[in-house]
Amino acid sequence: MGLLSDPVRRRALARLVLRLNAPLCVLSYVAGIAWFLALVFPPLTQRTYMSENAMGSTMVEEQFAGGDRARAFARDFAAHRKKSGALPVAWLERTMRSVGLEVYTQSFSRKLPFPDETHERYMVSGTNVYGILRAPRAASTESLVLTVPCGSDSTNSQAVGLLLALAAHFRGQIYWAKDIIFLVTEHDLLGTEAWLEAYHDVNVTGMQSSPLQGRAGAIQAAVALELSSDVVTSLDVAVEGLNGQLPNLDLLNLFQTFCQKGACCARFRLQPQDWTSLDGPLQGLQTLLLMVLRQASGRPHGSHGLFLRYRVEALTLRGINSFRQYKYDLVAVGKALEGMFRKLNHLLERLHQSFFLYLLPALSRFVSIGLYMPAAGFLLLVLGLKISSLHEAEVGLEEPGGAGGMVVVFGDPLAPGPISKSLCALQGVGLASLVAPLLISQAMGLALYVLPVLGQHVATQHFPVAEAEAVVLTLLAIYAAGLALPHNTHRVVSTQAPDRGWMALKLVALIYLALQLGCIALTNFSLGFLLATTMVPAAALAKPHGPRTLYAALLVLTSPAATLLGSLFLWRELQEAPLSLAEGWQLFLAALAQGVLEHHTYGALLFPLLSLGLYPCWLLFWNVLFWK
Amino acid sequence: MAAAMPLALLVLLLLGPRGWCLAEPPRDSLREELVITPLPSGDVAATFQFRTRWDSELQREGDTDHYFLRYAVLPREVVCTENLTPWKKLLPCSSKAGLSVLLKADRLFHTSYHSQAVHIRPVCRNARCTSISWELRQTLSVVFDAFITGQGKKDWSLFRMFSRTLTEPCPLASESRVYVDITTYNQDNETLEVNPPPTTTYQDIILGTRKTYAIYDLLDTAMINKSRNLNIQLKWKRPPENEAPPVPFLHAQRYVSGYGLQKGELSTLLYNTHPYRAFPVLLLDTVPWYLRLYVHTLTITSKGKENKPSYIHYQPAQDRLQPHLLEMLIQLPANSVTKVSIQFERALLKWTEYTPDPNHGFYVSPSVLSALVPSVVAAKPVDWEESPLFNSLFPVSDGSNYFVRLYTEPLLVNLPTPDFSMPYNVICLTCTVVAVCYGSFYNLLTRTFHIEEPRTGGLAKRLANLIRRARGVPPL
Repeated sequence: MGLLSDPVRRRALARLVLRLNAPLCVLSYVAGIAWFLALVFPPLTQRTYMSENAMGSTMVEEQFAGGDRARAFARDFAAHRKKSGALPVAWLERTMRSVGLEVYTQSFSRKLPFPDETHERYMVSGTNVYGILRAPRAASTESLVLTVPCGSDSTNSQAVGLLLALAAHFRGQIYWAKDIIFLVTEHDLLGTEAWLEAYHDVNVTGMQSSPLQGRAGAIQAAVALELSSDVVTSLDVAVEGLNGQLPNLDLLNLFQTFCQKGACCARFRLQPQDWTSLDGPLQGLQTLLLMVLRQASGRPHGSHGLFLRYRVEALTLRGINSFRQYKYDLVAVGKALEGMFRKLNHLLERLHQSFFLYLLPALSRFVSIGLYMPAAGFLLLVLGLKISSLHEAEVGLEEPGGAGGMVVVFGDPLAPGPISKSLCALQGVGLASLVAPLLISQAMGLALYVLPVLGQHVATQHFPVAEAEAVVLTLLAIYAAGLALPHNTHRVVSTQAPDRGWMALKLVALIYLALQLGCIALTNFSLGFLLATTMVPAAALAKPHGPRTLYAALLVLTSPAATLLGSLFLWRELQEAPLSLAEGWQLFLAALAQGVLEHHTYGALLFPLLSLGLYPCWLLFWNVLFWK
Repeated sequence: MAAAMPLALLVLLLLGPRGWCLAEPPRDSLREELVITPLPSGDVAATFQFRTRWDSELQREGDTDHYFLRYAVLPREVVCTENLTPWKKLLPCSSKAGLSVLLKADRLFHTSYHSQAVHIRPVCRNARCTSISWELRQTLSVVFDAFITGQGKKDWSLFRMFSRTLTEPCPLASESRVYVDITTYNQDNETLEVNPPPTTTYQDIILGTRKTYAIYDLLDTAMINKSRNLNIQLKWKRPPENEAPPVPFLHAQRYVSGYGLQKGELSTLLYNTHPYRAFPVLLLDTVPWYLRLYVHTLTITSKGKENKPSYIHYQPAQDRLQPHLLEMLIQLPANSVTKVSIQFERALLKWTEYTPDPNHGFYVSPSVLSALVPSVVAAKPVDWEESPLFNSLFPVSDGSNYFVRLYTEPLLVNLPTPDFSMPYNVICLTCTVVAVCYGSFYNLLTRTFHIEEPRTGGLAKRLANLIRRARGVPPL
């Protein structure tokens, strides 16, 4: 391809990139971070607006007035729940039938891979209850879902009460054109997962459940409700779903519209602030960081998160009751929900007009994908520059006087040029010296992924630990063992160019990392950005000369596990509930267990991604650092 | 929710076996009837039927040629007054007199279930079938929802349902009757009371169970003349409990399983709730071509075992020309659920083939189930001309079975849809990318390269060469 461009000018550019490599890398890294910080300021952040025509101009009049009824239902529910110790299925069935729904139940059971100590469950079996309101205006082709996840403790009874009161109110209306499914799930997210899998007749996670008796067509949107008090000071909305998926921004706009209309205080993480002073952007940054951390975790933050896999736009509304003067009762919440459902009922098409990929510095402000992607792009550019310089150096080693005609111009790690060329360079080194470290690090990753769950019984037999602890400790042990392994079993290193071995390995590692981070940033920006911020500097610096201990410390501090630990501290710091070191460690262990569990129960991809992808890649850099 | 049962039980009678109508029918006669059926949930179903017959000059020639048989489905039709008005105009009395005065659009469309049908069929005029009459039968079924229209009360009257009362029969009608289902569900006492008290009752076996109907004949002058109008009222003596409605012997459910926009599966669940009788069902499926069915994935399982259909007819789809047609005869074991599933791949349409609202999804028509369902009570074969019209909705074939045709729900399937909000951006971008890639590759592949000597000299050298060529000496 070089035939069509002027080799002289390209060589000049290559030389420039090579000479200014270090300053360019620093500049690019700083630019990436600065761009991210600048996302909260007005030219980059915009006010949200409704894109969907069907939900925009027509205002609906909310008539819900069943506050007392909702409270009565909630009291009954709580009483029955306390009596039976589990979800009062018979009572729910009776009540739903009495408000005129078509009621079905679904039983499910699931044996978790190891005991879940946070939720105290292992062999889970439960029953979901759902009632369908058949729309008089259509033939059950589309539906909306209102769901309340019920955990093991007796929270959320107000949400069940409000759900039943809303069902009774909705049943008396004639304007419904989409069926409405009122779903109460047991064991919160596990129940939701079981119901969703049965509804779509798939089995993703190995859940055993009875098939559904009643269905209502394609689900268009879903709202999950979590309320644990009769009055709320504000409604918190959670959008981050499984693997960082987000619902269409219009659903959020809809919620915000009705909260403003009903003067029901809505919030996204933190209280809304005045945007004109400096406090607004600062708080926006705090909110943005919280969202990035939550999205990066890839776990469903509320039962809405599981709906997103099935392309059902969904969000969770969480009632917050804090010590403030202004409180709203269930009627206000019910009215907001009624308005949302009526507008969703107007929908002609699935929600698709607005953004699917966005970041939220506040409820009423968003950053679109086109504006936040440069932040990740700048960070990846560092890797691109490093790859190009390393390649230049290697080619330079190979042909001391020759014209090294290749350079990566704009940090595009996917361009075919450097890889094919560098493969030629690798051949010079002898692929054998690279195969061993690559294989060993990948094998470590595989062991990290498979062994903890597989070997928990062996571990509990030989050590005095419980299964969950065994899994976490095995995880940490394998992780640490990876550092100690002798990876560099290189034999054939040419004497005239001793540097070539580690340079080739680093080149491969850099390309591997750039590819992975690029793909992650495209699907889950938050995770990609977070990992790029931490892993890129250490990856760029790693080499077997110079202050090795410093590099080693930096590399350990930016390993995926350390990033997780750091994120936990940052997370609590942002929530204004700082952690002590011991608490942080406990939380870290719990987070590890949760991560593994969520992979097995809901199909979250963070654990396999870290263990099979980023950890081996990181080990390669460790290997480069201790190259003999 | 009472609408569920009729929803699954959308039964439409099309062409029946010709043996039913061998007797010579009266011509140009209108028979009209209204059947009011209180449902166990407290809702009320009302079914209108109008039948007209007229002679035609056409001679009947042999059997129907099945080559000309066509089947077409429009999976979605939003029913509104535009459907009702022309339908009413087909009636001889329009909506001026007779039962059709009750057909008031604003009440009929405030119901939880609405079904409207027109059937036309030829009827033999004599035993040898040398001449035929045409029969036009119009039916309209609605279910009034106790929750929505009744404001919680479960007592009903004609006036409350239709905001009209009956005043006179249609002058052209040879028969004009209202039937009210007063079957007692319990032995000890009657559950509901009808006012005014009926003069006659009628008993028959409908859908395999014995039913009792109160008859109000509008042609009976005493019925109308007493008060100049007839407002039939239903009063529940014991309000019905909120319990699940009884399940019919045959019902079906259909859904799309799977997620994502590449593949999916069409599943149909056929329920046979009869405790001890198995019966065959004819399943007819038409699937649009843009769902590419994989016939090798067709699986039929009942009670966990594979169920081999005794007859399969499959006609593959042709893109943009005809849909898939799949017809199967399946034996449903007693008290079982049979799952018929087939996998499909979603096709990419051309960008002009998408409907105006492509993200709504595409409809897949309901599958049609035809079955002879065994009845609990043996029924006598009846004379079709004498018995009420609604009786022939579920014709009994041999006393122990009755014929049912069910339509499952239509499905909504999302196809991979391009983002139509920025077609220009997409087209421009792809065109540019293709042009750049193609251009440079083409250039590389077709150009021949040769090393060009750096040009020295210039004009003087060229002149010198010209002279040298003229002299026949090799150039510099």
